[in-house]
Amino acid sequence: MADKEVVKLEGVWVQYNGVPILEGINLAIEQDDFLGIIGPNGGGKTTLLKVILGLISPSHGKVSVLGKPPEKSRSKIGYVPQHNLFDRDFPISVGDVVLMGRYGKSGLFRRYSSEDRRATQDALQTVGMLDYKDRQMGKLSGGELQRIFIARALVAEPRLLLLDEPTASVDPAMQTEFYELLEKLKKQMAIVLVSHDISAVSIYVDKLACLNRQLHYHGSKEITPEILEATYKCPVQMIAHGLVPHRVLKEH
Amino acid sequence: MLDALQYEFMRNALIAGVLAAVACGIIGTYVVVKKMVSVSGAISHSSFGGIGLGYFVGINPVLGALFFTIASALSMGLVIKRTRLPEDTAIGILWAMGMAIGIIFIGLTPGYAPDLFSYLFGNILAVPFSDLILMLALDAVIVIIVIALYKELLTVSFDEEFGTVTGVPVEALYLLLLCMIALTVVVLIRVVGIILVIALLTIPAALARQFTHDLKKMMPLSIIFGALFSFGGLWLSYELDLASGATIILLSGTVLLVTLGLSRLRSRARIHETPPNSAGQ
Repeated sequence: MADKEVVKLEGVWVQYNGVPILEGINLAIEQDDFLGIIGPNGGGKTTLLKVILGLISPSHGKVSVLGKPPEKSRSKIGYVPQHNLFDRDFPISVGDVVLMGRYGKSGLFRRYSSEDRRATQDALQTVGMLDYKDRQMGKLSGGELQRIFIARALVAEPRLLLLDEPTASVDPAMQTEFYELLEKLKKQMAIVLVSHDISAVSIYVDKLACLNRQLHYHGSKEITPEILEATYKCPVQMIAHGLVPHRVLKEH
Repeated sequence: MLDALQYEFMRNALIAGVLAAVACGIIGTYVVVKKMVSVSGAISHSSFGGIGLGYFVGINPVLGALFFTIASALSMGLVIKRTRLPEDTAIGILWAMGMAIGIIFIGLTPGYAPDLFSYLFGNILAVPFSDLILMLALDAVIVIIVIALYKELLTVSFDEEFGTVTGVPVEALYLLLLCMIALTVVVLIRVVGIILVIALLTIPAALARQFTHDLKKMMPLSIIFGALFSFGGLWLSYELDLASGATIILLSGTVLLVTLGLSRLRSRARIHETPPNSAGQ
């Protein structure tokens, strides 16, 4: 069924001021995928997510999300941006932030319905933050904020969840909890997680790709030292997967 | 002061104060939380071009300012959103261009421009009844738009990028917000003048922000503060025979600074009172 394919990128190039950011990206994401994309800072990870969202249009190549141009499918995409960019002083409650995610279901001039409010409660419940509904956004910790932004993405019942550096400001103890949450969510939607943190990501995702302008994607988690070196342009630690998550260092 | 109320100009001044407080309370809240103070400064100064245009064409300068300021707010928004010019560079340029246009028009107008100073520095005691009607109409437009588009404006103020992703017409709403700033500037010109407008756009909202974490409560609260500042400043200027616009601004600024100082003292006292392990609650 064509419907199974959530995202398809064919030969996508993005340039900024004539400098290529993404070079000939081919990528297919299916509806039950949990894909991790790793790569160095400046490797184009955020740009790739923005291409999938239709916020950046490629100079060459074709992007389709759920069989349509990305702008037309946005209401089916949940997006969790790098949250350190938002203004902590903004006077807004947790519940109101999550409610914002329902805009696609509501529309211009319309008030949020009781169904929108119910969906907000459910989304907060899913991320375990229902008790924080009336709290001030500025008073939350990094990990709590992250959960709220995930709830805001989930509230629209998306079929694709895009997460940009979700663990950047979450302390290590919270990270495990965070990945367990994603583990639950991946049954309901495709997830793409972008990070420069190789070790944590590779333990939990089902498929892994490396991005440094070019995407090295093999449809599985087996990544060779050669691919990682090509991505990072330097020798890196290798990760192996067994019953217990652990890391194997490359011979040196 | 009470005996002064028998004069029509005094009653008009009080009404003008309330009408100004409504516009600056609502729009000032957006200006403060979305950090649009410099673009608001540019819009208010560029309105001088409209004042000049009004003199030149021979219409009410406030009406000239209305059309000119909306046009310059729109062009400012388009330059900021659609060109590669850094935002603060664009602001600086359009700020000065608007004023330059005003100076050219006033120079071209034969004879002396009467009460030019009252547009620059405000004169709440000289607001004619016709301008009160205009202010009331502009207030009504602002209130209706903000009620109708509250949730959209909230999303755009908090997170423009996420707004785009969820399908909010972000650029159109940003332009609308700039136009409403332009309307507010026109409402405020008579009260505090072009140069001082920025203070009334920011101080009542910044003060209200000290007392609430809810945007919906911030608006009425800053309206109340704005009205109190207008009345208080008017009374002080009457008693001490000072310029009304400047007195209103200085009173507002002083109250804000004192409040900030007090809350700093209070939070310091709290740190000393509570044992360290319960801090941060």
